[in-house]
Amino acid sequence: MTRGSVAIVGAAETTELGVIPHLSQLGLHADAALNALADCGLSPSDIDGVATAGESPTAVAHYLGITPAWVDGTAVGGCSFMLHVRHAAAAIAQGLCKTVLITHGQSGRSRVGAGGFGFSASSLAGQFEAPYGVGGPPTLFTIPVLRFMKDFGLTHEQLAMVAVVQREWAARNPRAMHRDPITVEDVLASRLIAWPFHLLECCLVTDGGGALVLVSAERARDFPMKPVYVLGSGESVETPLVSQMEDFTTSRAFRVSGRMAFAEAGITHDDVDHLMIYDAFAHLPIYGLEDLGFVARGEAGKFIQERNTAPGGKLPLNTNGGGLSYTHTGMYGMFALQESVRQLRGTAPAQVPDVRISVAHGVGGMFAAAGTVVLANEAP
Amino acid sequence: MPEPRLPKPKPTPETQAYWDGARAGELRLQRCRACKRAYFPPRPFCPHCASRDVEVFRASGRATLYSYVIHHRESPGFTPPYAIAVVALEEGPRMMTNLVGVAQTPEALVLDMALEVEFQALDAEISLPLFRPTKASS
Repeated sequence: MTRGSVAIVGAAETTELGVIPHLSQLGLHADAALNALADCGLSPSDIDGVATAGESPTAVAHYLGITPAWVDGTAVGGCSFMLHVRHAAAAIAQGLCKTVLITHGQSGRSRVGAGGFGFSASSLAGQFEAPYGVGGPPTLFTIPVLRFMKDFGLTHEQLAMVAVVQREWAARNPRAMHRDPITVEDVLASRLIAWPFHLLECCLVTDGGGALVLVSAERARDFPMKPVYVLGSGESVETPLVSQMEDFTTSRAFRVSGRMAFAEAGITHDDVDHLMIYDAFAHLPIYGLEDLGFVARGEAGKFIQERNTAPGGKLPLNTNGGGLSYTHTGMYGMFALQESVRQLRGTAPAQVPDVRISVAHGVGGMFAAAGTVVLANEAP
Repeated sequence: MPEPRLPKPKPTPETQAYWDGARAGELRLQRCRACKRAYFPPRPFCPHCASRDVEVFRASGRATLYSYVIHHRESPGFTPPYAIAVVALEEGPRMMTNLVGVAQTPEALVLDMALEVEFQALDAEISLPLFRPTKASS
């Protein structure tokens, strides 16, 4: 347990966001890293720990001129950065290193210097899912939702409302890719991608990145920005094959990770002022709200429909506009963490008043992995 | 045979019995002799209790429709819109598949409908288990 003993002192995204054809994937890591280092007044020579996914920590460390004493290449998909925060907090608390840089960069849209997609024909996915005409996340991440709709009465309108509310948040954020208001009717009239999902219920595909710098809580007060303390964290994985999830209406990885993070932080759901739930597709905030325990099973659709997560609602959710409207490079988890940090610093474009505790919950693969981080702007 | 499907699965030693069964028109699952539970995908030990005392058996081929999407975009070897489904086998395990002998529409594809397996040969080595609505079912 490292409750509150480590803090985020540097946080920044890439200078540009959205379409960045003049930077490679590695270049996006570096741009975000240099911005995060500038944010906390450090240089690469001050960093002795590097964590990243998508690129290897070796590539990122060498490109930036860092000599690490600790590295973490945990790569379990888009929530990898939540796991990096958790691992970095443990490493700093244990004295393995002092100053950790976590980077994300992805040329998801322009595909400059990007890694390849795909898997081997002899992998389990290659043998038991790929032959059936799967088309990546739009067909795999989405396949559980009809079961959820039948078992819990979630409606198409409630699913569409997730995208509508997040667009309301995006409208307040100048860096969001899509800012024009949309209605439930607009969402349901948009092109079908994989029934029951329409285009506006699927995330963007963009270029960008982000980086974080973490140090011990004792050192955190010496940095220019208000420290954001890591109060608790959790992680888990379930299966690389979405078809083998034990229950299509709930994510075991979400439940395990969330429980662990809340227990370590010593908080209840009422203590949470601001929430980020990785939204690659519109159903993920619904699974997240239920599996993290903010609402009972089957109630999340109604909770969102009744505007509880919208601007002015009691539980502001995905206030940057989310993967649906803000940005989604491929591994979006870093952007959820960045928005939690901004809200806790009081610097978010759509700032929520009096945020003291923010939870950032990420998913990796197709419900394959989860990472949860509880952050606070006051030392415990 | 329909238009070519890509990509084609490549068996490993641990999954060869499953693919041999498919080629012979049998859906072969595995069962643990210690805890008696059936499981899938194939592996030489039980995922529930880790026993290595496991056997291959021929499944009934009966299943129900657990969930699905209807893909509306191009994919090699497939003509959209087409359903990608997960079925619950009578013996317990679930598997991904495609649905045949039924319209690929939300109206025709009703969750929990009864299904039965049939096999489609991709080539001399690989046949895929697909599922169609059971004739007598409502």
